[in-house]
Amino acid sequence: MNAFDGLITLIVFLPVLGAAVIAAFGRRESRVRLIALAALAADLALAVYAWTVYANSGPIVEQLGAYGSDPWIPGINASYLLTIDGLSMPLVFLTALLGVVAVLASWHVRERVREYHMWLLLLLTGVQGVFVAGDLLLFFLFWEVELVPMYFLIAMWGTGHREYSAMKFVLYTLFGSAFMLVGVLALRFAVGSFDMQVMMLEGQAGMIRPAFLTLEAISALFLIAFAVKLPVWPLHTWLPDAHTDAPTAVSVLLAGVLLKMGGYGLIRINVGMFPGETERWAPLLVALAVISVLYGAAVVFRQTDLKRLVAYSSVSHMGLVLLGIASLGAVSVTGAALQMFAHGTITGLLFLVVGIVYENAHTRHIPDLGGLIARMPVVGAVFILAGLASLGLPLLSGFAAELMVFLGSFAVYPLATALAALGIVLTAGYILWTVERVLLGPLKARWRTIRDASAQDTVAMALLVVPIIAVGVYPALVSDVFRDGVTRLTGGG
Amino acid sequence: MPEAAVWIIIVAPLAAAVLNGLIIRPLLGPTTRLAAAAAISTIGLSFLLSLWALIAVWNNHEVILPLHEVLRVDEFSLRIGLLLDGLTAIMLVVVTSVSLLVQIYSHGYMSEDRGYVRYYTFMALFTASMLTLVLANNLILLFVGWELVGLCSYLLIGFWFTRPSAAAAAKKAFIITRFGDLFFLIAILGIFLLWPDDAPITFVLNDPDAPVDLLRAGGTVLTGAGLTWVCLGIMAGAAGKSAQFPLHTWLPDAMEGPTPVSALIHAATMVAAGVFLVARFLPLFDEAETARTVVALIGGFTLVFAASMGLVMTDIKRVLAYSTVSQLGYMFLALGLGALGPALFHLFNHAFFKALLFLGSGSVNHATGTFDMRFMGGLRRVMPWTYGVFLIGSLSLAGIPPFSGFWSKDEILGSAWSHGGALGTLLFILALSGAVMTAAYIFRALYMTFHGEYRGGESQESGATQNAHETHDEGHGGAPHESPRVMVAPMVVLAALAVVSWLANAPGLHWFTDMLEPLGAHAEEIHIVPAALGLAAGLLGIGIAAALYRGGAISAPSISGPLAPLARLLTRKYYLDELYEGVVVRMALYGGLWRFLSWFDSEKGIVDRAVNTFGVVGRNVGKGIRVVETGQLQTSLTVLSIGAVLIVAAYIAWGG
Repeated sequence: MNAFDGLITLIVFLPVLGAAVIAAFGRRESRVRLIALAALAADLALAVYAWTVYANSGPIVEQLGAYGSDPWIPGINASYLLTIDGLSMPLVFLTALLGVVAVLASWHVRERVREYHMWLLLLLTGVQGVFVAGDLLLFFLFWEVELVPMYFLIAMWGTGHREYSAMKFVLYTLFGSAFMLVGVLALRFAVGSFDMQVMMLEGQAGMIRPAFLTLEAISALFLIAFAVKLPVWPLHTWLPDAHTDAPTAVSVLLAGVLLKMGGYGLIRINVGMFPGETERWAPLLVALAVISVLYGAAVVFRQTDLKRLVAYSSVSHMGLVLLGIASLGAVSVTGAALQMFAHGTITGLLFLVVGIVYENAHTRHIPDLGGLIARMPVVGAVFILAGLASLGLPLLSGFAAELMVFLGSFAVYPLATALAALGIVLTAGYILWTVERVLLGPLKARWRTIRDASAQDTVAMALLVVPIIAVGVYPALVSDVFRDGVTRLTGGG
Repeated sequence: MPEAAVWIIIVAPLAAAVLNGLIIRPLLGPTTRLAAAAAISTIGLSFLLSLWALIAVWNNHEVILPLHEVLRVDEFSLRIGLLLDGLTAIMLVVVTSVSLLVQIYSHGYMSEDRGYVRYYTFMALFTASMLTLVLANNLILLFVGWELVGLCSYLLIGFWFTRPSAAAAAKKAFIITRFGDLFFLIAILGIFLLWPDDAPITFVLNDPDAPVDLLRAGGTVLTGAGLTWVCLGIMAGAAGKSAQFPLHTWLPDAMEGPTPVSALIHAATMVAAGVFLVARFLPLFDEAETARTVVALIGGFTLVFAASMGLVMTDIKRVLAYSTVSQLGYMFLALGLGALGPALFHLFNHAFFKALLFLGSGSVNHATGTFDMRFMGGLRRVMPWTYGVFLIGSLSLAGIPPFSGFWSKDEILGSAWSHGGALGTLLFILALSGAVMTAAYIFRALYMTFHGEYRGGESQESGATQNAHETHDEGHGGAPHESPRVMVAPMVVLAALAVVSWLANAPGLHWFTDMLEPLGAHAEEIHIVPAALGLAAGLLGIGIAAALYRGGAISAPSISGPLAPLARLLTRKYYLDELYEGVVVRMALYGGLWRFLSWFDSEKGIVDRAVNTFGVVGRNVGKGIRVVETGQLQTSLTVLSIGAVLIVAAYIAWGG
């Protein structure tokens, strides 16, 4: 089976096409929602189709212009090159899936519905673009594209200190981008084109000779940009604010796929192009990973805002992604990628559930909640399931991912891994304590009439529950694909 | 025995759980009786298949079953299969038989509960998880079962989740056992690390086709200090699940769940898992002397430590809970001495008489509406069946022949006795003093519950407000009466087993030891001296209990004089809950470190300020806010985000 021409392009730009259709025909709110849903459902279908293509015939490539002889942008030797390989494929699927979930989770948005959905769709194009770019200039452009919709989505449809949080998010990312831009330019000069494949091959052969800066410095520039995004302690402080104040759907996407851009960049660029330099940075990264895991978990315990609590748990869990990547083995990096996928579905689901609770209770203040499962059995059950997945219960996707990370990294950094493994106890502690405070115990009088999930909520939750269980029961479904991508990157088999 | 039949042992109760949870409950409502039928019939099937497995192993010693590769990443290959040897076969029979009887009993006990179907869903899943753990021929699959057992105990201890005490107890059980699991996980990682590169690791326990497997790894590919650490990690995991000191504190609280759940947890699932784990990995412990000594000492200490608290509890289920902790200590003591046969034999006998005692306490609660023995008394007249079976269970626990507990406790005493040396002597003394306490606390409970005059049950208890926090009303009560036949019948079966289960390893027969022989067990002779001392200890304990409690109830608070501080220390459980929850979690972590870190992370703290003041970002955040306030937001943002593009454009001109 072969992909039709333009499959990847369609996956990337279908959301924007949806936004254009909304701009042209989206007069009524209900129609806006349906157009957005249709565009993203089609995107998801294309992603699934791409996966079947990938499974049958390997990586998919699309290119306009050739590097050197006939580049897309003459003068700088940049090309329109899109690639879906093993590392991209599950993330492309995840982005499309969370896109559908995000639209369903936005059903209750009542303000400026049209603009909201247009920004949401544009955001998804930016994220998809990052995961499939095969040209470093393209990669950088998509990376920047995602910022503007995020800013408006948080600042205009958020809650609390939304302008502050939105600006903080943008500035942190821009701060990282500034470093990345220098890195991109330095790399372009050293290699002679923006072809990421060539960069990878030359990087692994140790043939990159930078015209300015050392390789170590260039890799550090990328590291900083991706560490902000992941996020890594101490560059994480934008995350709790952005999450807390973002609308539910945006939190789902932020946790689900935007953070993964950081992990993806680390694997694709730092591990793929600078293996030697990354190895030199590795001890520092491992230390930061362990701090992120334990520090994030410690701070979770003190949170009283349900959303902020989930946000800090994200810091903790993304620390494991960094640990896996920094250990630089096929098992650990594959585990890190699987952890990204698992975390995307699990934490996406947690934010979704928290959003539903907030939508119905109008508060996220934990001491005010209590006993909700009696009136919200569906939301409560899904909440518990997502929590159990988050604490790494076997047969749910988080377990396989964490186990692979630990197995891979313990051989290289036993002490650090043992410390990071302490995170599984801390996670169990804060998850079950949260479940106890929010869902269990006697139902408080003011929640006697609270409603359970709506139909859209239920569909959205189901869309995330299915991959959590499927990957948990049979991790090879996703880990095999990631492994192919990772071994191609690390130059192995 | 065909492989499919072995898998069905696990799949059958799993199917019942899925059927109950996903089909019966949504379609037929939360109290339909079909749920019990599903659970009982499937677990019955598992029981029959387990008997088949027992016979198959009896004939061949071991049934070789194929392995299936499910995951492969470079050198790491995950191969899943089932292991059926003597140890597994015995565990299978224990788990399925006790579970089956508990499920039948539950039909009576839980008949009024609105969570009837949910109850049977979790119970079936609990059984399936335990069977997975027992049958797994792969450490990863074993760990999956291990964790799912933990999950089910969480769901069942917190079954009545609207009660804050139940929700808290469930959480406590999960977190404390998870703390043990952390070390178990690190042990698994350690195995992976220590495994030599030339032998691909599969985590398979027993693979006759491979040059080396996990159970044969001790002394060959896993040696020295590394192996000791691996074994200690395994023991830490076992200590969590089997409630050994210092991770025992969750078990006495775990009785917040429905009483049949306690029977299952204390007899056949959950706590048996830890003993099974160490028994399974005994070949590794055999090569790690230090680790084995640690196992023995933890067991020896725990058995006395827990029994001492059992002496003063006023809640009958708490007495039984500490009794379980203590009896498990005996099993670990034996395992630490390498005595696989005696440890497993005691697990086998204990499963039946402890399940019996728990179901008996549930029957008493059914009649009186309370678990507080201070409000019981005189029940032998109105509940003759319950009294009779409880007496049999107590005699067995106290180690009085011919009841089953005597025989296995004697084997354990004999192991310590014949081990000799300082360690053997110490362990023997601990085991013997434990035996006195065991007989004393269980007969104290028997006298307080069934002898003397009836002290009013639930109605009296609710009057005694100072004890309100210790009530565990499960919605039963009224004038005391014997329990319905559906509850009495399983107890009678268990009582019969408590009388005869020792025949499996009776002197001269040794079926039990023969089953375990390939795993290194050998037939124990009767040691006359320790047997006589053990019997004397049991009689002494009963005598003490009779002297103090026969006439009526002397509750712990009424003990005065020089013993009062000791009694307080015991009733407060050596203040370990205060230490763990109060000092460590509340003060040091929640009120200390975590509080500091969350301040450190806040806008007023260090991280945010440092990063914000770090060059551009800080200034721009300030600027950004000002811009928002002055309404020039759009302009500013456009400038910011287009800036990057401009640089690229400039570069195009430059590069071209």
